[in-house]
Amino acid sequence: MNTLKLIKYQLRDVLRSKWVFLYFLFFLVATDALFRFGGDGERVILSMMNIILLIIPLVSIMLGTMYLYNAREYIELMLSQPVKRSQLFIALFAALVLPMSTAVLLGVGLPFVWQGAIFTHAGSVLFLIFMGISLTVIFSSIAFFIALMTEDRIRGLGLSIVLWLFFAVVYDGLILLFIYFYSHYPLQQPVLILSMLNPLDLGRIALLIRFDASALMGFTGAVFQNFFGSTRGLLIVFAVMLTWMATPLLLGFRRFVMRDF
Amino acid sequence: MILIQNLNKSFGKLRVLQDLNLDIHNGKVTAILGPNGAGKTTLIKCLLGLVKPDSGSLKVNETSINGNAEYRHQIGYMPQIARYPDNLTVQEIIEMVKDIRGNPDETDEELYHAFGLESELLKKFKTLSGGNRQKVSAVLAFLFRPSVVFLDEPTAGLDPVSSSCLKDKIKREKDGGKTIILTSHIMSEIQELADKIVYIMDGDIQFEMTTSELLEATGEATLERAIARKMKGIAA
Amino acid sequence: MRTPSTLNKTKRMFRILLLGLLLLLGLFSFSFAADTLHVRDSLQSAINNAPPGSILYLESGIYEQETIYVRTPGITLTGRKDAVLDGGSERAILIIKADNVTVKNLTFRNTGISFRHDFAAIEVRNAKHFEIRKNTLEKNFFGIYLSEADSGLVVENSIKTTGTREANTGNGIHLWNSNYVNIEDNYIRGHRDGIYLEFAVHAHISNNISEHNLRYGLHYMFSDKSVYKENIFRYNGAGVAVMYTQNVTMRDNIFENNWGPAAYGILLKDIDNSVISNNIFRNNTIGLYSEGSNGVDIHNNLFQQNGWGVKLFANSTRNVFTKNSFIENTFDVATNSRQHNNTFKSNYWSKYTGYDLDGDGIGDVPHRPVRLYSLVVQQNPVSLILHRSLFIDILDIAERVIPALTPETLVDSTPLIKDPLK
Repeated sequence: MNTLKLIKYQLRDVLRSKWVFLYFLFFLVATDALFRFGGDGERVILSMMNIILLIIPLVSIMLGTMYLYNAREYIELMLSQPVKRSQLFIALFAALVLPMSTAVLLGVGLPFVWQGAIFTHAGSVLFLIFMGISLTVIFSSIAFFIALMTEDRIRGLGLSIVLWLFFAVVYDGLILLFIYFYSHYPLQQPVLILSMLNPLDLGRIALLIRFDASALMGFTGAVFQNFFGSTRGLLIVFAVMLTWMATPLLLGFRRFVMRDF
Repeated sequence: MILIQNLNKSFGKLRVLQDLNLDIHNGKVTAILGPNGAGKTTLIKCLLGLVKPDSGSLKVNETSINGNAEYRHQIGYMPQIARYPDNLTVQEIIEMVKDIRGNPDETDEELYHAFGLESELLKKFKTLSGGNRQKVSAVLAFLFRPSVVFLDEPTAGLDPVSSSCLKDKIKREKDGGKTIILTSHIMSEIQELADKIVYIMDGDIQFEMTTSELLEATGEATLERAIARKMKGIAA
Repeated sequence: MRTPSTLNKTKRMFRILLLGLLLLLGLFSFSFAADTLHVRDSLQSAINNAPPGSILYLESGIYEQETIYVRTPGITLTGRKDAVLDGGSERAILIIKADNVTVKNLTFRNTGISFRHDFAAIEVRNAKHFEIRKNTLEKNFFGIYLSEADSGLVVENSIKTTGTREANTGNGIHLWNSNYVNIEDNYIRGHRDGIYLEFAVHAHISNNISEHNLRYGLHYMFSDKSVYKENIFRYNGAGVAVMYTQNVTMRDNIFENNWGPAAYGILLKDIDNSVISNNIFRNNTIGLYSEGSNGVDIHNNLFQQNGWGVKLFANSTRNVFTKNSFIENTFDVATNSRQHNNTFKSNYWSKYTGYDLDGDGIGDVPHRPVRLYSLVVQQNPVSLILHRSLFIDILDIAERVIPALTPETLVDSTPLIKDPLK
């Protein structure tokens, strides 16, 4: 019960702050603008896919870290009340992730509704939003983990940016290096596995397979398509995504319960 | 009634509390004093459950505090700097804490009226002045009639009128049998309020005596001088 | 299987007698007048007995008999639409070995399938001035098979089968050593190659739809001086492949949805001095693939949403790309070498990031259509998995600023600001 009460008040606070609204507005304007600049549903989805892959992990990890640092005194206050640490942790996370996910859902979804494209693209839009929300949860939980492990705010924020850069850029550079290093070997399996270890790559590829068929050229493309297109592949994607959501969150949770404030 | 036995706490290599023992009795105002970094805050945080001790036992009103949260129903806490969610109004913040405490019927709204917080009720927390934030914090500390109240620099930032309101409240609550634990840098305030001085340095209690005993033993008129003399004696 | 009713046997006998009489009459008068002979049974003997210039009208029914040969010139075979010539899944159906033969409005189905013989529904062998019009061909090995058949028409036929393997499926319209043939308004589906030409000079191929064929929608080689226009080639296993040919014109065709590990909107191999214009290449794995092709003028085409818009091997030279639109291809242009002797000018590129300060409709900054990433994918196809990664974007931008690996000479120095096709 306490958890719900805490979520209620914390949500009220978050929803009144400008950044959630701006975040929502950003998706709304971007999606709507893409429609207005002559995109049909399919092209809008493709462009939004790029935006979602770039913006959501970055904003989630940065905002999540700052959010928890800013809540520091509030956490102390609440923990001097008859509130369990687990309750407070869940409430803090929920109050961050729910509004951010809603911002993605409505910001991307609403323009599809009023542009009338939702009926023809319901499955695709929902999949896009689902991926957006998954990335929100994953990078928020990484953010929580960072903020709980690092006492110093500046260092924590720095770490967030570095980690985002790692997942978004460096990791793919390493994959490319790996590909060039072992180009004489059959690489489809190992590269597939490597890219599944990075949640951002996983999200990108899962979306790619669905929306950017033109990228799936040649034999290699067919192999990837076969894997990700199959039910088994999709289940593995979900499982890995879920692991990426749960692992940092559980580590963060443990830290939150054990640590001194 | 608070019972602390063999309390130890280290942050990394730094031993903040070393085998600390302390009884704090009901119906008294106990001031915990000591230089910066002596372990005062850590001690209070241990009692609030914010910091987990390495070893030792802590009891508040016969309840061992071991990661449970329920005993905090008996505790009121006014931190040095209070920060509630920025975008909630004063009313909502009070409502929230009441909600979490299970909406008890008999709340103590004495301070709330004394501070005249009615006019601030609809303001968002982030727009409040430092003094008003402290007032909200003080109101919440006493609101649920807790048997133990922690006050960390309670009058810092308060105007003289509010400050004396708060001091009067502290005295009344003490007389009502509450356990009050206080830290402050203002010695006159301690002298005025505290029945007992607990002086902590290097993680351990240096001395523990009533205010009158201390003044008597050192022959000084003010607490400030008395503590200075006492510490010189210990050092020598 | 339905056969003409035996109740009408007498009537039929009478008709055949009458037919014979008429034939005799015709012989006597030495007239080649187009007499209409109604045929109900024994088609072969009817054809054998028909004088040159006769029209044989097939009544409703299924004609399942040995392969039918037409050796008399000027014969027209026509009939009701439900006059069906059935090959019983074991033989060729109709073989024409005389000039001026017309086959019209008939239905052909169930040729045999063989690894040694190219069984066809309609074969024209060593004959001229044939006309094959408005026939319906279903479930045949080869549809229309022309060998050494010149100056004929293949028009408005519907040629369908449901092939599953290339080995047991033949081509829809097959030309070998046949010149001056017009192939128009046909619909071909499900064969190995939709339209196949080998040594077919001066062919004129227009307004056909060739789709869902197992291999190529259109496949030609050694077929110079031909024209292909306003055809639609889509959903074919490997798209369209044309080879070893010069002086062809291909315009206003649509090549789309040819999707697969090795599928092309069009594959050009050793095509010289030809024109490819005003075509649409959309949703193909590779829009236009050129290997060893020289002096091809490629203009006003639309390359849209292909994996590769144009894949140009360095052994292709003197090809000129002008006023084409490259819109949202994963890779607009890819190549395998830094050395190049092809020209790109005044094309529209949806990926162009330059500007037009003087407002003359031409971008002020040259456009380099070859992405570094396309070279990477060329070398290691598995790196496709990095598509749309931020890292790849950064790599591409870096390469665009300081080109080090992409072909220096492959530049459009007058990129268009507006899509000329819009």
